[in-house]
Amino acid sequence: MLELEDVHASYAGRRVLHGVSLAAARGEIVSLIGPSGSGKSTVLRAAIGLTPLDAGTVRLDGAAVDYASAESLKRLRRRMSIVFQQYNLFQNMDVLANICLAPVKVLGLAPAEAEGRAMALLGQMGLADKARARPSQLSGGQQQRVAIVRALAMQPDILLLDEVTAALDPERVGEVLDTVQALASTGITLLIVSHEMAFVRRISHRVVMMDEGRVVETGPAEAVFGAPQQARTQAFMRAILRD
Amino acid sequence: MTEIFAPATLAFLGEALLRTLGMTLIGCSAGFAIGLALALLRRSRAGWLAPARWLAMLWVEGFRRIPFLVILMLVLFGVQGLAPGLPLIGIATLAVTLAASAYMAEIIRGGLESVPAAQVEGAEALGLSAGTITRTILLPQAWRVIVPPAAAFMVMFVKDTALASHLGVVELAFAGKIMVNRGMSPVVGFGAVMLLYFALSWPLGRAARALEVRLART
Repeated sequence: MLELEDVHASYAGRRVLHGVSLAAARGEIVSLIGPSGSGKSTVLRAAIGLTPLDAGTVRLDGAAVDYASAESLKRLRRRMSIVFQQYNLFQNMDVLANICLAPVKVLGLAPAEAEGRAMALLGQMGLADKARARPSQLSGGQQQRVAIVRALAMQPDILLLDEVTAALDPERVGEVLDTVQALASTGITLLIVSHEMAFVRRISHRVVMMDEGRVVETGPAEAVFGAPQQARTQAFMRAILRD
Repeated sequence: MTEIFAPATLAFLGEALLRTLGMTLIGCSAGFAIGLALALLRRSRAGWLAPARWLAMLWVEGFRRIPFLVILMLVLFGVQGLAPGLPLIGIATLAVTLAASAYMAEIIRGGLESVPAAQVEGAEALGLSAGTITRTILLPQAWRVIVPPAAAFMVMFVKDTALASHLGVVELAFAGKIMVNRGMSPVVGFGAVMLLYFALSWPLGRAARALEVRLART
């Protein structure tokens, strides 16, 4: 179980999170929604230790994560992976090397075992024929699916998805959403930041509405989308439904 | 030593040529290695390395702002106290190393910064260590940005080693002066020196260009 308790964090010198608390149980799919700049991505970045916490605590299965300790951070990142909006693939390596690097260097897998695991995942994603391609030779949707495979190759318990469709052409969004949909049935814990509201509503067990670095409302997806309790959530829902 | 093609003259010029080449190659290579360490140190984020980062910054900014001739003199007088037996060519090579390290550190820093930060962030999020990120992601992509200016710097420094003549190192320029002082025509003496500088710089420049093209293909 992942818990964030009263987390404060800054980004580019500006305080972005003002005491965020939320939790995701094992196998739960939790989506963060809210207007741009509300701090959703910073929550994910703070959870995986890319944005330092100014205050607050993150717990994994009850144990507080010590972000100042390299060992603690390493343990955390063996259990938690993130997929970024811009894929963040290594441009000097082919797809297979992108996927196998961390399992070999961080998990200590033998290269052959890591490659076998990577090829199996690429096969599931319909990307087996792209194993030797460079990221620059792939479409945005393919690159994002490779990034998802790279994260999954670490066999994480928790996967953070940070606006994984935001940088894609509209016609590529579907293929990535289908991939996430397939992941949802595997029992992995997903923490999703997305502007694809219909998708969020369909896939999420629970939705967290954020605004100005604070959690405004949280509840089951149908409740938050169908009958929001807070005025800010109601206004947000009115705005996105008008779009 | 008034005949340019006399065996003694050719041997004298050959030795001077080797000194110029040696100072450049050894000094710039050692400077590159130190520059790489300085650039990596300046990128480090560990709190306990803060004093070393500050010293690296001071080193780079300091040696880039001091004329090479002054560095030569500083090394000469510094070494006289610390290692009095070091030959003049060694002192000059050490000075080239110090100057090159500062410039190379900046060239390498620029190359490392040319790799998109998003890739480093992606690697950190996967739990990869700073060493692995540097070796497998940063340096392989930074080389193509580092090599052209580093090679250009080395070719330029072939000429700057002429300043070592102020210490009494008989490198190419000083060899020309000696030959002319002994009666050789200045046109012939310095003409030969000019051709030898060109003969050194041209292949170095071509080799750097070939390496650049090869790196661009990877």
